[in-house]
Amino acid sequence: MNGKTATIESFKDFMIFIRSELKPKGRIFTIFNVISAPIILLGAILIVYRLAKGLGWPVTNLSQDFPWGIWIGFDVMTGVAFAGGAYVLTFVVYVLGAKKYHPIIRATVLNGFLAYVFYTGAIFLDCGRWWNIVNPMIGNEFGVNSVLFLVAWHFLLYTLAELVEFSPAIAEWLGWKKIRKILGSLTLGAVIFGITLSTLHQSGLGALVMMAKWKIHPLWYTEFIPVLFFISSIFAGLSMVIFEGTISHRVFSQQIDEEHHRTYDDILVGLGKICAVAMVGYFFLKVLVFIHGKHWSLINTPMGYWYLLELIGLVLIPCLIFVQGVKDRNLLSIRVAAILTMAGIIINRLNYVFIAYKWYIPMSERYFPTWIEIVITLAIVFAEIWVFRWIVNRMPVLKESPEWAREE
Amino acid sequence: MDRREFLKTIGIGIGGVACGDILIPSIVKAQNAFGGNEFFGVLVDTTRCIGCMRCEMACAEAHNLPLPDISNDSVFEKKRNTTETRWTVVNRYETEKGKIFVKQQCMHCNQPACVAACLVKAMKKRKEAHVTWDTNCIGCRLCMVSCPFDMPKLEYNSPLPKIQKCNLCWDRFQEGKLPACVEACPVEALKFGARRDLLDEANSRIFQNPHNYVHHVYGGHEVGGTSYIYLSAVPFEQIGFRGDLGTTPYPEFTTGFLHAVPFVDVLWPLILLGINRAIRREED
Repeated sequence: MNGKTATIESFKDFMIFIRSELKPKGRIFTIFNVISAPIILLGAILIVYRLAKGLGWPVTNLSQDFPWGIWIGFDVMTGVAFAGGAYVLTFVVYVLGAKKYHPIIRATVLNGFLAYVFYTGAIFLDCGRWWNIVNPMIGNEFGVNSVLFLVAWHFLLYTLAELVEFSPAIAEWLGWKKIRKILGSLTLGAVIFGITLSTLHQSGLGALVMMAKWKIHPLWYTEFIPVLFFISSIFAGLSMVIFEGTISHRVFSQQIDEEHHRTYDDILVGLGKICAVAMVGYFFLKVLVFIHGKHWSLINTPMGYWYLLELIGLVLIPCLIFVQGVKDRNLLSIRVAAILTMAGIIINRLNYVFIAYKWYIPMSERYFPTWIEIVITLAIVFAEIWVFRWIVNRMPVLKESPEWAREE
Repeated sequence: MDRREFLKTIGIGIGGVACGDILIPSIVKAQNAFGGNEFFGVLVDTTRCIGCMRCEMACAEAHNLPLPDISNDSVFEKKRNTTETRWTVVNRYETEKGKIFVKQQCMHCNQPACVAACLVKAMKKRKEAHVTWDTNCIGCRLCMVSCPFDMPKLEYNSPLPKIQKCNLCWDRFQEGKLPACVEACPVEALKFGARRDLLDEANSRIFQNPHNYVHHVYGGHEVGGTSYIYLSAVPFEQIGFRGDLGTTPYPEFTTGFLHAVPFVDVLWPLILLGINRAIRREED
């Protein structure tokens, strides 16, 4: 790769290089491709259908009672929490200087960046008046008192910050040595802004539902929702890093050198440790909120059981599995815990959007996603994985940087 | 630390503070912003309403909505909600004092949740009281999630949907006309006027006929006060009103978070940079 990129001297060379890179690498007919390609294709058609038809049935099951469904609850709320790994790891690596996690930083930042790009896409689809989506950016008008205004801006700026954090890998791919140097010097600044912006938009997503005060079941509604969203994004994001890394290390195994393969177990144990600590904090905060809320009587109701499933089954238990996995250096435990944790986060975010939201509405009038909503969501996830794979196969994300770029 | 390093550090620091300033929401307290102005309002006396639904008809005519069939009493069998094409509805409730009809529409809160929710100020609280919607809306539906009365409705079945709800006849108001529903009411169950005068009027009706009314004006203090205020002969819970909304204006539920924003935006970069520099020096 080094030799190839060194020959780029003219615009023509550059175009030839890009064209050769655009061609697919690796086998085309894999199981993943055979499943995901038709779904992406179908999703693209359905997106056009949604734009032509509007948001109502048969496209979505949204109603006047349930204005938000899985496009907000899963794609945006959950997706952004899962993308939280990037700000946590950049904090650990660049601010605290823990070099141990350096091998996985680029994949994590790339994942976070792509998540934001694709979930912004989901917001675009979910907005009834999508053609106006730039209005909060161009000042038509600035709704500065709105939590959503704040979230939108922090979203946008954070996506840019992540692009800056990842940009050295792009420069290395193109062989732009001088630009690589400049971009590399911007990393710490971007990281610091990124963490700041993340703190606020992760918690801001929770603050969005603060005015749905009586619509959210009292076991879930508390003035601490923003704090809970922020803390849970730490272990949600890292669980995603564990999950994604486990798959990436199989799929892209040949790109990863011996050294990285050897240290990877250590990294997983370390991530499990951070998750366990964050989850202990989260669990105790939840318990504190529960006790202060004096909601004992609500526990022995269907919603109470649902609450316990989330809090005990998908927070406390995975937390304990993390602890056990870290103590015994048992990677399987850590991976199982990560998956349980992710399930808990999905349920938690969906609770705030349409499950514990208006829990009093009878089952027959409740929101349940249509197949179109589900297919479009799957298409967005698959498309993101395709782009991720395309980049990982070309840029130094999991593989080592070219020699000229290795400074430290 | 050489000079370049120093400048870089300062640069990041200043950048952080500047970025923080841009992102600080200016928290405007609604009561101050509208201070000195008098809100208009409508007093609904449910003891007078006869359920003729002429207000529904007048509303539809005034806003070019599909006309309802008001000769058909069977609509009262099931509780109806307002919709994107029916901005006001009358419901019938069986109570301890017999059948009571209640007109329902946007309450035009003094400090509306929908307005605080809107990221493009498409929802506006006019200084005269009207809560209106504008076309720069992006259709995110946070107003629907936030409204304690569930009044904003989206036209789900249109590819170019609008948010629809009662706007207290904002257009007619500017022409100096009464809201269509008030004008159409044959029994003066609806009365338009300055909100303060209507509150006095409501209280004096209670005072003069203490046995005809429960001693409460709904909307006087609920969610910080609303422009539509109601009188009733039975407790308001029996005629479809929530008694547990509290008197706190809804936008205040987000101010805790909004107040934290400038602190995080300004302090986080400085703290993070400080941690980073402190650790790096130890290593040197």
